Amino acid sequence: MIKPNRITTTTCPYCGVGCTLELHVKDDFIYKVTSPFDSPVNHGNLCVKGRFGYDFVYHPKRVTTPLVRRYLLEGKPKPEGREQVFAVSTTGNPISNSLISNDWDWVETDWETALNLTADNLVRIYKRDGSDAMAVYCCAKATNEDNYLLQKMFRALFRTNNVDHCTRLCHAGSVVALQQAIGSSAMSNTAGQVMLNDVFIVTGSNTSENHPIIALQMKEAVQKRGAKMIVVDPRRIELVDFAEMWLPLKPGTNVPVFFAMAHVIVKENLVNWDFVNSRTEGFNEYIESLEKFTPEYAEEISGVPAEDIRKAARMYAKAKNAAIYWGMGISQLSHGTASALALIHLAFLTGHVGRDGTGLNPLRGQNNVQGASDMGAMPFHYPGYMRVDNPENRAKWEKAWNIEEGGLSLKLGLTTTEILSHAHEGGVRALYIMGENPMMSEPNLNETREHMKQLEFLVAQDIFINESGAFADVFLPAVPFAEKDGTFSNTDRRVQRVRAAHPPRGESRPDWKIICDLALRIESRLGVATSHWTYSNPEEILREMASVNEDYAGVTYERIEKVGLIYPVPTLDHPGTPTLFTDSFPRGKGKFHQLDYVPVMEEVDDEYPFILTTGRVLEHWHGGTMTRNSALNEAYPEARVEIHPADADIHGIKHNDPVRVKSRRGEVVLRASVTEKTSVGVVFIPFHFAEAAANLLTNDALDPQAKIPEFKACAVQVFPARESDLPNPEVVVQRGRY
Amino acid sequence: MTVTLVMDGKNIAIEDGKTLLEAARENGIDIPTICFHEATTPNAICRICVVEVEGQRVLQPACIVKAGAGMKVQTRSEKVIRARRTILEMLASTMDLSEAEDIQAMMFDYGASSNRFPDAERRESEVKDDNPMYVRDYSKCLLCWRCVQVCADDAQYTYAINFEGRGYETQIGTFFDKPIPETTCVLCGQCVGVCPTGALKPKREFLLEQGMSPQEISVLNTGRKNRSKVKGQRS
Amino acid sequence: MSEIDLAPLKPAIEKFIPLGRSGLLPALHEAQKIYGWLPEPVASEVAKSLRVPLADVHGVIEFYALFYNEPIGRKVIRVCTDPACALKDADGLLASLCKKHDLEPHPAGGHGQTTGDLSLTIEPSPCLGMCELAPAVWTMDNGRWTVGDGETRPRSLVYGSIRELTKNCGNGTTSLKQYGEYKGLQKALTMQPKAVVEEIKSAGLVGRGGAAFPTGIKWEGAANAPGDQKYVICNADESEPGTFKDRILLLDDPHRTIEGMCIAAYAIGARKGYIYVRGEYPYIVPVLENALNEAREAGYLNNFDIEIRVGAGAYICGEETALFESIEGKRGFPRIKPPFPTTHGLFGKPTVINNVETLCNVPLILERGAAEYRKIGTEKSPGPKLFCVSGDVAQPGLYEVPFGVTLRELMDMAGGVAGGRELQSVLFGGAAGAFATSDHLDMKMTFEDLRAAGLPLGSGVVMVFDETRDMRDVLKRLGKFFAHESCGKCYPCQMGTQRQMEILDRIAEGRVEEGDFIRLQDVGWTMTDASICGLGQTAASAVLSAMKLWPELFVEGQTSKV
Repeated sequence: MIKPNRITTTTCPYCGVGCTLELHVKDDFIYKVTSPFDSPVNHGNLCVKGRFGYDFVYHPKRVTTPLVRRYLLEGKPKPEGREQVFAVSTTGNPISNSLISNDWDWVETDWETALNLTADNLVRIYKRDGSDAMAVYCCAKATNEDNYLLQKMFRALFRTNNVDHCTRLCHAGSVVALQQAIGSSAMSNTAGQVMLNDVFIVTGSNTSENHPIIALQMKEAVQKRGAKMIVVDPRRIELVDFAEMWLPLKPGTNVPVFFAMAHVIVKENLVNWDFVNSRTEGFNEYIESLEKFTPEYAEEISGVPAEDIRKAARMYAKAKNAAIYWGMGISQLSHGTASALALIHLAFLTGHVGRDGTGLNPLRGQNNVQGASDMGAMPFHYPGYMRVDNPENRAKWEKAWNIEEGGLSLKLGLTTTEILSHAHEGGVRALYIMGENPMMSEPNLNETREHMKQLEFLVAQDIFINESGAFADVFLPAVPFAEKDGTFSNTDRRVQRVRAAHPPRGESRPDWKIICDLALRIESRLGVATSHWTYSNPEEILREMASVNEDYAGVTYERIEKVGLIYPVPTLDHPGTPTLFTDSFPRGKGKFHQLDYVPVMEEVDDEYPFILTTGRVLEHWHGGTMTRNSALNEAYPEARVEIHPADADIHGIKHNDPVRVKSRRGEVVLRASVTEKTSVGVVFIPFHFAEAAANLLTNDALDPQAKIPEFKACAVQVFPARESDLPNPEVVVQRGRY
Repeated sequence: MTVTLVMDGKNIAIEDGKTLLEAARENGIDIPTICFHEATTPNAICRICVVEVEGQRVLQPACIVKAGAGMKVQTRSEKVIRARRTILEMLASTMDLSEAEDIQAMMFDYGASSNRFPDAERRESEVKDDNPMYVRDYSKCLLCWRCVQVCADDAQYTYAINFEGRGYETQIGTFFDKPIPETTCVLCGQCVGVCPTGALKPKREFLLEQGMSPQEISVLNTGRKNRSKVKGQRS
Repeated sequence: MSEIDLAPLKPAIEKFIPLGRSGLLPALHEAQKIYGWLPEPVASEVAKSLRVPLADVHGVIEFYALFYNEPIGRKVIRVCTDPACALKDADGLLASLCKKHDLEPHPAGGHGQTTGDLSLTIEPSPCLGMCELAPAVWTMDNGRWTVGDGETRPRSLVYGSIRELTKNCGNGTTSLKQYGEYKGLQKALTMQPKAVVEEIKSAGLVGRGGAAFPTGIKWEGAANAPGDQKYVICNADESEPGTFKDRILLLDDPHRTIEGMCIAAYAIGARKGYIYVRGEYPYIVPVLENALNEAREAGYLNNFDIEIRVGAGAYICGEETALFESIEGKRGFPRIKPPFPTTHGLFGKPTVINNVETLCNVPLILERGAAEYRKIGTEKSPGPKLFCVSGDVAQPGLYEVPFGVTLRELMDMAGGVAGGRELQSVLFGGAAGAFATSDHLDMKMTFEDLRAAGLPLGSGVVMVFDETRDMRDVLKRLGKFFAHESCGKCYPCQMGTQRQMEILDRIAEGRVEEGDFIRLQDVGWTMTDASICGLGQTAASAVLSAMKLWPELFVEGQTSKV
């Protein structure tokens, strides 16, 4: 029986639920994770990732020494042709790749050298090409403090708003829609309030796999509190087993379905007129645009029976307390903004927002995607969602950062996908990536690869050399959650502590320290007055941010020592705000928008007869940097495509058979899971697996407002392949419930 | 609303609807528990928390019996002590309590002998090491039911485990004893989180106990092929 | 497992799909009829059809002794090895059967033995409810049952000084035509439901299943409980070793029980009822089905219908809340009480659950009126009573007498101790009962007199042992019985029945260890004081009574027979 040296309480690094973890440490090795049963978010429950998926911290491939390419170290000119060079052995040592010029070899070095080379090159490019040549990907996995500093570095030192992170790829559609209609973009209520719902809609969210602990609460609300759940999703996800109704719509047809529900609510006079009259505007114009969206019209497009749409609409409208929970299935479309607006309208019509147990709740994906967004890791906003093109906002941050008046840029920055598409001569030349992996998470990866090659200088700050880090010139070894202090803000807007369980391994350093060290070097090369980069601990960083961002004004580490605070926390004695918009919306009145139905960009045809939809599985996290270097990979070791038995039958495909899936942009070979979880004509591939990357296939069409790519629907072919075509032919692992 | 009752001769007042266990704990009276857990529905199966309530034919489990006005409760009567001691002695003769520190402390407290039943048949079982995340050693299982409960309606609604056999031969098991990855298990480990005796244990903790170093454990998942077989493994 | 053809299964279990989980036991019975046992794909198909989690289905199969998840013989012979049958050399019969078929003989309480070609399984069994016909044998041959030497149903040996409840017993099944109209029900229907309850209360009827709870109070509780969905359940899970009265009542006079249920349903406002028959009484099911059809045709079941449920080899399911769980398709774990069945019974609804014999008293009370009924029996124990007399008596059988006859009178009716030997003891109340000796012969058999003597009436078991019997062997078998039948829910019983069995085993073998006396007492009292349900609370009752009567049996150095 092992006795821990210490037990460190921290916050889970995986999804946006924000579960409390207790890391049991023996000899600087975490051997067990538990969770306190009085934890406010998860009540002691965890999922497989939170409870068992921390071993990537000790994976031998983790890089714990600064690395630079040989050409940089030896002062040579950059070799022609940037390649994706994974030059790290399974023992973690850099190795040469004889196929490629050895100038691209990774060479281990010290921090001094790595940071100086990084500062030299960033400053060189900035001085030569100016602000527009500089860009940064912040990181929804890193802490609030890390993100705040990194956007501060690029805004204050390089005077650019080319700052974004993966929020662009997940909830940008929801964020823009909520901003337009309400003026705020977070969840209006906490996920735990599902216990207070009489009726709730889950749409575009496979909650059981992507927010497992919220799914437990949803199931409990149904099983123990008599709530009725309506699932609107093309896949027969686990929640369907617990649902009152399941509306299996064709991917990308959310707008007609939700508009038809609104149509029913209006036509059957189930409208909450008090709410519509007192809290909203634009209703009259809106109902005109609604006219054609009859349930029958929606049925034709979506395949959902009109009668079911009527029934669901009545159920939602007549409920005392109803809420909507949604995920990427709403936002990751070329009409993601419209899709989210359609949901917002439902809440406006019925008044199911602004009270406990109601709400508009986009379930945030990453552990700290809410926080990174709050910290201004976005191209249009400073921390606190303060528009960058507003001079008043600019003045506040100039003061905070000791910048001359008018020094910060008013120009809107580039978004994630745009940053890479601007990577060419005269465009973005230097990119700094903290913890993200665009070479897995961007759509149409073959195209992304070409953009990556165009970069002049790429810095990767991470714990592993992932598919994107393999293009980098400098690799700065940062630390994972278990070795750093700071805060994460979960999907409930709950700001919670992150605490180091043991010191950084090897030479690795916490991100905030790396950024500060680098920023000081950049400042000295630029010869500018300092914007303050000396902090004795992360809390000082948070307090600096909170001095301008009013939402966080009342958050101190002392106050969140035991239990997090739900922002807005405007003052030091404010208890936090679980339910938003009780009296009004940030923009005043909620605004209805006129909308029309726009189909997905790439519809199926005879040549590409299947709709491909993508997503995640329980055992893995996004690009797989953490989970594929963990025992989690043993539980789910290979990519699989889900195909309906009827389709499989027609194409002679059996369970576990290798198949080739091809789109107009690329192809992958992987095993088939023949399952009724997906519907006829729709195939599903999770995007975690580099060897069969779903994003080789996806379409890089963007939503015109939110710039979010259409991950959720593109057209593909599926046909049998040979066993030998599989990247890992021998692996077949069975999987449980989901 | 409060009710008043007498517990061990002491007059106590407690909020209506609370249990005798809560009443005791709020008043500094120690009542031991084994199966009771704040996160699971109480089933009152271990009976270690039984107390004597005047007028009741049999002893009452404090974890679920509500404190009633005018109740006279003895938490350490002779009958109570005999029941607790005997239950502890029977447990010790049945299973491996080496990692159940709370129960060891109770045994000391109640003067329970670990070999009161010399020729008793023990419940022994091989370690089941059939998934990447946790091991199951039912020799240490005292059938508190918590794992089954959290796998079902007390948390996860996954229903991967249930009971095999009945009576003394009861054991926690999967559908037809299938390995965990072939069941509906989602490896959440809620079961591991509520196990009081180390019967369910994270794989890495188990490996550390088996004498592997953190370094050795860390390379285990770097490739499926070079996974070493671990002592007691049955997969 | 690919050789298993699921095609016949689907139509067979289709009718249970609307029942959901509650259809699980019936579906498993149907499946087992087809396949002889319950292979994994079959269990899996049943689970999917009824939408019950796989692991739960497995848990249910594992709980019930008559469900098999391993292949067994197409023919299964079960021989009861509990005390009454043991007196008639059940062990010898089992051994000779095994020998005849080249099977290893097995210890009583052990598992069955199956021939290599899966043609035959021979199993020792807990009480089969045919104690008066000992040694009891029950054979299932490709889905067809026989008892004894190939009879289709056990004989009914009915005696006694009165014939009220057993009026129609002893001559095969009584048809509705023979039974006549449901006069008690007709009378009840002329009264307000409340008045019916009052009638039962004033008749002083108490439960005959063992707990002796006043029936009228039970009905009143359920009648007053809020809700319009209520149930009446007939507990025919007669499993107490030594008991066979309900078997005879249902087999020979099913309408009496059905009429009793109809009256109960009217009194409490129930529209649905169940008769839960133990799995070891398959021959009762067609008799009941037929009787129910007759009753339906006669219009007695227009407002209240009755479904038959069949147990699957679990004594604990005679415990009322465990029986509910079983009907709900779960392992038969007793529930914590309170809440009581009258408010939170089957499916959480108000429920009246009565034993067969109790229900059989009901038409009598209604037909004659409480006052007339009370003329039978004594002031405090009114009514007729059935005693199941077995063991070493000249004439074992079912005896109907008024409360108040003495044990001696009953023994005399049964022809005294067999073979003219002396009486050593009488096990009263069944395995969960206690021992009486010749000192008790003049005790009146009423609730009050028995209670004064520290003897439980239980389910009316009177099991007689003559002077030559080794009581340690009897105790050993009782120990085995409880260890086999403990559900395993609460620790005192789960481990206590096992430890008790181990100690009784070695005492029976003459290997008494130092401290066994006090050890056995500690285990016994812990079970008695701290178990959840009646099974655990009485699992040591007979042992503790024997320790009082014959302490010398439990100390070292005691090796000779009594």
